[in-house]
Amino acid sequence: MAELIIEQEVLAVMEQDAINAFPNECCGFFFGKEEGESRLVLEVLPVENTKEGDQRRRFKIEPESYMRAERHALSRGLDLLGIYHSHPLHPAIPSEHDRSQAMPWFSYIILSVEENAIVDLTSWQLNNSREFEKETIKQL
Amino acid sequence: MARIIIPTPLRKFTSNQAKFETEGKTVSEAILALTTSYGNLKQHLVDDEGKLRSFVRVYLGDEDINVLQKEATPIEKDSIISIIPAIAGGIA
Repeated sequence: MAELIIEQEVLAVMEQDAINAFPNECCGFFFGKEEGESRLVLEVLPVENTKEGDQRRRFKIEPESYMRAERHALSRGLDLLGIYHSHPLHPAIPSEHDRSQAMPWFSYIILSVEENAIVDLTSWQLNNSREFEKETIKQL
Repeated sequence: MARIIIPTPLRKFTSNQAKFETEGKTVSEAILALTTSYGNLKQHLVDDEGKLRSFVRVYLGDEDINVLQKEATPIEKDSIISIIPAIAGGIA
């Protein structure tokens, strides 16, 4: 099982983004280094959820934001490791919609959030059968 | 030759190469050349009919090919084509 090691400051940004966006879903990118089965998450970039309609149940990131994230990774000498988003008032388990839209290799962090509180935090990666496998998370 | 920029999550299918050069004359020919060179990439970019998958966007320079001539969009020798995953998801 792959392992995600997240710096405390990075995690705090994701958690605050999830709380600020509540009851809507937040989203963003994270960056770091991959070493074997471990991924060290060093930086985070919150981006706007541009989903039209019900943002309490869906998120969308614009292609321009994606290109900016790739350029950021290049300029910082880091890997674009994945995407985080929140599930307000729902478990931190990927939905079928999450799975169908997911890219291989990326880690997908999900934060389950209630008003003013993070309830759970998980991370997932697609396997070769396009099914999500859970990653372990360690905090630095 | 035109250049295709490969997004990070697909580089494991291109031997970690971030760029691919092609002599294709259209976006469609360029993508075909890429998936011919890297067979394992194909299932992540196109469906069984060779059409781009719904969660894959392709930009020519700064323009989405969907506002140009889609996959038939002509490309030049100095064109830069970016493959961009459409990032979306959520509870339901």
